[in-house]
Amino acid sequence: MSVTGPRLQPTIFERSSPGRGGGKIPHAPKGALERIPAEQRRDAPPALPEMNEPEVVRHYVNLSQLNYAVDTGFYPLGSCTMKWNPKLNEWAARLPGFAGLHPLAPDGVAQGTLQLLWELEAALVEISGMTAVSLQPAAGAQGELTGILMIRAYHRSRGDVERTEVLVPDSSHGTNPATATMAGFRTVTIPSAADGGVDLDAFKAALGPHTAAVMITNPSTLGLFESRIGELLEAVHAAGALAYMDGANLNAILGRFKPGEAGFDVMHFNVHKTFSTPHGGGGPGAGPVGVGPELVPFLPAPRVVRDADGTFRLERPGERSSSIGRMRSFVGNTGVLVRAYAYILAHGGSGLHEVSDDAVLAANYLRIRLAATFDQPYGDRVCKHEFVASAASLKKATGVRTLDIAKRLIDYGYHPPTIYFPLIVEEGMLIEPTETEPIETLDAFADALIAIAAEARETPDLVREAPHHAPVRRLDEAAAARQPNLRWRPMGGAETPCPD
Amino acid sequence: MVPSDLRYTKDHEWVRLDGANATVGITEYAANQLGDIVFVELPEVGRTLSQAGVFGVVESVKAVSDLFAPLSGPVVEANEALAGKPELVNSDPYGDGWMVRVTVSEKAEVDALLDAAAYEALIAEG
Amino acid sequence: MPYGPHTPADRARMLAAIGIDSVDELFQDIPAKLRASRLDLPGPVPELALAARLQDLAGRNRVDLASFLGAGVYRHYSPAAIDQLLLRGEWYTAYTPYQPEISQGTLQSIYEYQSLIAELVGLDVVSASHYDGAAATAEAALMTCRATRRERVLVSRAVHRHYRETMATYFLGGGLDVDAIALVADGPAAGTTDLAALERLLADPDRPVAGVVAGQPNFLGLLEPMAEIGRLAHGAGALFVAVVEPVSLAVLSPPGAYGADIAAGEGQPLGISPQYGGPYLGILAATDSLVRQIPGRLVGLTTDLDGKRAFVMTMRAREQDIRREKAASNICTNQALLALAASIYLATLGPHGLRDVAALGAARAAELEAALAEVGATRLHPGPYLNEFAVEVPDAPTVHRRLLDRGILAGLVLAEAEPDDPTLADALLVCATEVTTSDEIARFADALSGVLRGRPPIAVEAGAGALAGESAGAIPELSR
Repeated sequence: MSVTGPRLQPTIFERSSPGRGGGKIPHAPKGALERIPAEQRRDAPPALPEMNEPEVVRHYVNLSQLNYAVDTGFYPLGSCTMKWNPKLNEWAARLPGFAGLHPLAPDGVAQGTLQLLWELEAALVEISGMTAVSLQPAAGAQGELTGILMIRAYHRSRGDVERTEVLVPDSSHGTNPATATMAGFRTVTIPSAADGGVDLDAFKAALGPHTAAVMITNPSTLGLFESRIGELLEAVHAAGALAYMDGANLNAILGRFKPGEAGFDVMHFNVHKTFSTPHGGGGPGAGPVGVGPELVPFLPAPRVVRDADGTFRLERPGERSSSIGRMRSFVGNTGVLVRAYAYILAHGGSGLHEVSDDAVLAANYLRIRLAATFDQPYGDRVCKHEFVASAASLKKATGVRTLDIAKRLIDYGYHPPTIYFPLIVEEGMLIEPTETEPIETLDAFADALIAIAAEARETPDLVREAPHHAPVRRLDEAAAARQPNLRWRPMGGAETPCPD
Repeated sequence: MVPSDLRYTKDHEWVRLDGANATVGITEYAANQLGDIVFVELPEVGRTLSQAGVFGVVESVKAVSDLFAPLSGPVVEANEALAGKPELVNSDPYGDGWMVRVTVSEKAEVDALLDAAAYEALIAEG
Repeated sequence: MPYGPHTPADRARMLAAIGIDSVDELFQDIPAKLRASRLDLPGPVPELALAARLQDLAGRNRVDLASFLGAGVYRHYSPAAIDQLLLRGEWYTAYTPYQPEISQGTLQSIYEYQSLIAELVGLDVVSASHYDGAAATAEAALMTCRATRRERVLVSRAVHRHYRETMATYFLGGGLDVDAIALVADGPAAGTTDLAALERLLADPDRPVAGVVAGQPNFLGLLEPMAEIGRLAHGAGALFVAVVEPVSLAVLSPPGAYGADIAAGEGQPLGISPQYGGPYLGILAATDSLVRQIPGRLVGLTTDLDGKRAFVMTMRAREQDIRREKAASNICTNQALLALAASIYLATLGPHGLRDVAALGAARAAELEAALAEVGATRLHPGPYLNEFAVEVPDAPTVHRRLLDRGILAGLVLAEAEPDDPTLADALLVCATEVTTSDEIARFADALSGVLRGRPPIAVEAGAGALAGESAGAIPELSR
């Protein structure tokens, strides 16, 4: 097998040449490792590549150019909120005072970061209407686990051990049921109502003394606000259960709806969605969790507290014995939280309000622009920050699937929307333009989708075989999964002897 | 066309009776619905299946589906070839793509399975 | 809105296209009684003022100290190329590579990361990354339970306390048990995992053990008898999880060589700054036979329709978005950008550079040991260590505080980290790495001597940072 594409790159292992590199770290004095018993030492050095700096830099610059990114173009990936990642925030997170601070540094030398975290918690409390927030969870899914474990602890603290079920709608993110399982609960999946919203009657029928929690994404994964949420929350609480809000879609409702005020007991924030921290090719994120008063005692430890003298500190080990414990090491993904803090201050209350207004306005504009071309499975209901379009009719007429349309969008220079999610929509495309894309981009994207629909009728193979202008064509995913090749196989150990 | 000599479940498993034993697999329709199958998890020999219980998992590139036992009884053989070549389920679902052989313990369960005509009617409904 | 593009005319055009007069009409689906009334936050703050505010906050942290603090997070020199490459928007503003045709950069980088870590740990299957060392260790422990269908894990008390606590939290839901393995109290093996205690815990026939977890080097910096721990674990039908520090693997025997089934660890030392807790890099690796059990994304090599080599996320059907409540883990977002940082770090240093990092740290630590011993602070444990060790100091919390006044961050007060262990009551855990200078070591020893002898502090010159020490001082001045 050889690398034949002009833009594809050999692996770093193929670029390696024995004897290259060096000059970064002084050599250790001879005998530095003599105190390590021979049987504890490594026999042969690891077969890492040997490269000089220009080769390394070119490798990673060339590789980077095979990526599509927010910095290179429109990325309307539903449920992921691929908005602009402000450059100031990258600068801020790298300030030596933030970046160089050891997580076990005494509180007295960490006052700047502690204050930032304390203020960020206050901001998230205000945004969510919750009582308190933990900044510890590393990502949304870990935030979910934190929230459900707190709900578990809450019920147990009241001697209620019979609650073994978590209810989720069938439109939910996969992380919701996966989280319920990790937290020791059985998932009960509730089908959505015909209009795409929660089926209130079905939920009411399923609620009971075994229900620990209900997990709701609001706005839903279809981009629709759950207008029956008030009644649902009343029913949940009447059954003695608690309500979890998956905050993945918070970008739609800043300043318009506060989950805590509405009656949710716990929620997570995806700061890498709503608060613009970059996605990093899959991570890192951060998934702070907000709670109502009844769950405050169970928040993970440590929290940042402010003492009477105005100084900040971390809770000491064991200070709050009711805590569910620790979700990870140290205080959290602080470097990500610095970026979120900067984003919130840059906007202020009025700016965040405007973020949601513009995100919802852009999504509805795009929805209207595409209404004549694609199916709207839930009618012409107003959407929030994203909407689902379906290519079901187009597929019936032409055989061209949503997958093909997505791949053809690549040829037009766009990142495809999320496809085949939520699972309940046939041939679905979940489109989220975000608030930071100009109307010219929205129009051009709509025009591209309309053009592709025409191609599907006139030259369907052109669409079915797309992409034509990407670094690679469609991949053999079945072969990759049947005979997994998950690592490069070197020819042996490193080929040059170690110095010393 | 589904083979006329087999029995079927509404969960798209097929059963071929062979004396005291029955061979079980998934139908061509199910294999097509799943797409390229990349992994099949089967029970160990000796495990006793109970009818309608989950006995394994089949994964395609982007989907996963439980396998439901059409019959109760101990597993006498599992198709080891699927570990290395799961694609047999796509290419030969009623032959080399079989999954387990079970000793039939409740004859009445077999009688209750769908025949080919009934199964064809089921998949025609979608 | 600071980053928004819409002019009043743009908004008017969009409203007209939708057929409404005001954006408020798009929010009528929120029931009136549930509508929020206000968003009371300061700002908007213009960028100039915001930059100043952030600089002010960063300035309230003290990062000018001579630091000997490690305890799971280590200062290392990060070659300049790393951050410049990480700042390319094509890397950090991309999403998870769900569309492989336009994500080959990220996909290939993850495949290379998996390969690099596989080399370091000597195990073939490496997940694309987990949140941090603690979460990776907890996932490793859960893997042992799934693979063995047993419900009890033994973890050495010399595994980082945060990792043990995280494991306990992750185990709440499954009703799984974690039992701690005691440490040897005295003698030549003091501070390492007590093999006799491990044998006793493994011998309980009513409570079979799924996995045994031990760290190398352990939390106290000591080298553990990993091969022996692994043999005992396997003898009882349990899997063996090694918690490793990746830089040390340039010189220490890798998990694959001493029989570990799973390796977990914190990837922060591979070019990632401390940044008060994260984002870091959870390393998780396993033997081939556990490939179905490993949670998180995996990238594999394949071909495209033309036969060109390409990379793709694979074995996806294990993950939460497909398997939902039957998924092994709920992990979705991971730490991909940090895995990239680690890859660039390893590629830049190569095998010999990484060895220099580890060996130079070991040499500096020996220098530190000698300097501290000279002023009366001797090692607490006799066993071999790599670059971190505990020293005995009377009234360690007070000494630590007084040293801080003198510009020295004297490691970790062990009594505060491990309050239940009486053998650690009067001790500091200190470390050195390749960035520790002889000057810093001398200042530490001198300040400690002063504190122990009750000498008042003298004014400390701040800013004598890592690179300003003797390695820079040894460079002759250029002259005409």
